[in-house]
Amino acid sequence: MSALSSALKYLTSQLRQIGIFIALIAIVILFQVLTQGVLLNPQNVSNVIVQNSYVLILAIGMVMVIIAGHIDLSVGSVVGFIGAVAGVLSVRMGLPWWLAIILCLLLGAVVGAWQGFWVAYFGIPAFIVTLAGMLIFRGLTQVVLGSTQITPFPDELRSLGGGFLPNLGFLFGQLETLTVVLGVLATAFLVGQAVRQRLIRRRLNLEDEPFLWFVVKLAFTGVLVLAITFLLASYRGTPVVLVVLGVLVVVYSAVMARSVYGRHIYALGGNLNAAVLSGVKTKRVTFLLFVNMGVLGALAGLVFAGQLNLANPTNGNGFELDAIAAAFIGGAAVTGGIGTVTGAIIGGLIIGILNNGMSIIGVGTDWQQFIKGIVLLAAVAFDVYNKRRSSGR
Amino acid sequence: MFDEEGRYPVTSNILEMRNITKTFPGVKALQDVSLEVKRGEIHAICGENGAGKSTLMKVLSGVYPAGSYEGEIHFEDEPVEFKNINDSESLGIVIIHQELALSPFLSIAENIFLGNERQKNGWIDWNATNLEAAALLARVGLRDNPITKITEIGVGKQQLVEIAKALSKRVKLLILDEPTAALNDEDSAHLLDLILQLKEQGITSIIISHKLNEIKRIADSVTIIRDGKTVETLEVAANTISEERIIKGMVGRDLDNRYPDHTPHIGEEVLRIEDWTVHHPTDHSRVVIHGANLNVRRGEIVGIAGLMGAGRTELAMSVFGRTYGSNITGKVFKDGKEIRTHSVSEAVKNGIAYATEDRKRYGLNLIDDIKRNVSGSALGKLATWGWVDANQEFVVAEGYRKSMNIKSPTVAAITGKLSGGNQQKVVLSKWMFADPDVLILDEPTRGIDVGAKYEIYTIINTLAAEGKGIIVISSELPELLGICDRIYTLSEGTITADVPRAEATPELLMQYMTQEKE
Repeated sequence: MSALSSALKYLTSQLRQIGIFIALIAIVILFQVLTQGVLLNPQNVSNVIVQNSYVLILAIGMVMVIIAGHIDLSVGSVVGFIGAVAGVLSVRMGLPWWLAIILCLLLGAVVGAWQGFWVAYFGIPAFIVTLAGMLIFRGLTQVVLGSTQITPFPDELRSLGGGFLPNLGFLFGQLETLTVVLGVLATAFLVGQAVRQRLIRRRLNLEDEPFLWFVVKLAFTGVLVLAITFLLASYRGTPVVLVVLGVLVVVYSAVMARSVYGRHIYALGGNLNAAVLSGVKTKRVTFLLFVNMGVLGALAGLVFAGQLNLANPTNGNGFELDAIAAAFIGGAAVTGGIGTVTGAIIGGLIIGILNNGMSIIGVGTDWQQFIKGIVLLAAVAFDVYNKRRSSGR
Repeated sequence: MFDEEGRYPVTSNILEMRNITKTFPGVKALQDVSLEVKRGEIHAICGENGAGKSTLMKVLSGVYPAGSYEGEIHFEDEPVEFKNINDSESLGIVIIHQELALSPFLSIAENIFLGNERQKNGWIDWNATNLEAAALLARVGLRDNPITKITEIGVGKQQLVEIAKALSKRVKLLILDEPTAALNDEDSAHLLDLILQLKEQGITSIIISHKLNEIKRIADSVTIIRDGKTVETLEVAANTISEERIIKGMVGRDLDNRYPDHTPHIGEEVLRIEDWTVHHPTDHSRVVIHGANLNVRRGEIVGIAGLMGAGRTELAMSVFGRTYGSNITGKVFKDGKEIRTHSVSEAVKNGIAYATEDRKRYGLNLIDDIKRNVSGSALGKLATWGWVDANQEFVVAEGYRKSMNIKSPTVAAITGKLSGGNQQKVVLSKWMFADPDVLILDEPTRGIDVGAKYEIYTIINTLAAEGKGIIVISSELPELLGICDRIYTLSEGTITADVPRAEATPELLMQYMTQEKE
């Protein structure tokens, strides 16, 4: 009983993080019912992952920028610009696909460095710099493409966007082997890490989350990963972009939670002056943050162009808004200093599932936009309400 | 005596708060508190931080509306229930908060009439606004033009503008929350004189203050609050009450000694600054620090005394990573060797730390927890290859929580919710973790209650005993006299004297602090 009550007490203290998760589950259940089971059918789950991958990639970079107290409005244009350049490099110039990818990522870094310079070293607010960047890179997209489209892309770039890992045969007649192996490994990794951390904390005699809650959370995570594995394995296997995304989530979560660099981002977002006086090289941190955003924007551009098999002047229009919405739905604070990578991913998934579910049941794009707007507002309102309630006197 | 309407006042009290109880989720902030303020007096309220003074004033001014607390308020012998601040202001109760609420880019006149504009059918009457503002400024003794922007006047004058604003609302009961906390001695004295003048004009004042000498100087009576309860009300006017008596009421024990004993064990010189000249960051022609020379030895506590604007903080920050100023010239020596301190990280690497006077704005990440604030200045010590060991961080922070007596159940608590004294302990922990050889403490006890001050002094002594060189910047001369081994005086950017503890008296220091450039 006391285990239960302490778990519940812990639960309420973590309301925001759990709330967003519960919201995601509620939305999944809602649309599972409304779509009469289409939402969670294996092909659709695979589609949702693939079709939202580029927004999720952007959301990772965006939440970091937002935690630092900035914003990046240019990412949609960067997606279009890099897609165009990728088309020119790999189709018109016929460069090998890997060289095209490397050059595009480098170009993304240059784009980020350009914006980072103005924000960090010149002191222009990021809103202005990236608003300018939004126009600059959209313009450059059209310059590069010369008002035409480029298609088709090489197979390797197409599979980065929409392809699957090679099929190594089937287990139990219908489950794709490689996917099952990856899924089990991922579950083992997550559980192993969690248990290892808990043991270390136990040994150092540190306070920790209640045991019951720890078990429930771990079991839930494990079941979730295995369920997705099962669904993917019974369709066409693991999307290439899911592997990319998985690696990014693990690496960036660790960077934000455990690296000195990540801590410095939180510190300067929480109180810039205090960070400066603590010896944080705030300008360099900010500069690198935009370089990082540029690289992730380039990656999203490659994924999106590959998936569409097309470089088009309008590629990426409005993506910045989805990425920003994902970060805020995922609990990032408008004032900076608060937010997590996993939160932004869940926020992005909520938007993606809303899009997908509403499309399946035939809601028009007009009402889709309306509902997404309400969800964003509700999520932030919930945050603000919680903050007000918890700040006692 | 009859009042304006010809009624005979039932009591001589302008205000009676009876049995006020105010609870927040989980905390009883006020318990059965009563307060009686006589018509026309200056009534001081004192108590340690967190005792409930500000909560009581928020109940009185309607910030916490009627119904959210228990108890009764009687103003001018009528029971009153305020739903918001407008209700209390319409009866002439005006509160001036510790953090001034002026809009920086508006003029003095616009600020005075903000929310109460001189208008005709929704259009501002600028002539009336500026003329009436000028008249109000004259009453508070401020000679600035009413169209001056707030950013262009100092904190002392801003405080006077706040009072002018209160006068514009036909104030009968003026509540001042720590009015002199941010003021220098001269501005404080002026402000206190003004409160006495207002008293002669029939305005009753309630003043919340930590500064007992001020209370003794102007208050007629003082109510002491401790842990959300009224302890006692003392008549100060009779001049029989000593500061020690008030402190005893506040902390509930005798404080024989406000400063812990300190026997210096002074060693080798650890820091020396030679010929240090600093110019203003934007106005490069203005010299802020003139060729300063000073040194600190291991185990020594050195004070820097100076009036506000003398350049104390500017001197410290220019040495600490050149975080203030431009065209800085001069040399810094550490253990006899010249060092570079061009950035904060260079200064920290060379063993210099600076704990700011404004911990909320410059010292802490208020939305983050204790442990991450403590590790903030030396995260590298907890990291390998750029990865932080969060568990070790927890252990380190927990160690400071215990040794520094930070009153919080866990180091995962958000620093923004701690009291001033505990926040200051977090700032000190942060710099102790960086393990510097020289620690510059700028106003280390500002806004901290008496009990916590003593703890901070003890920590400073311990650090000195460990062989660190300590520089303390303070506006409070008794504090410098109480804890320092040696005191430099700073006047208009020039170091005017280096006074050993044995020779230092407030009068002597003040003489050097006000010494003008020859």
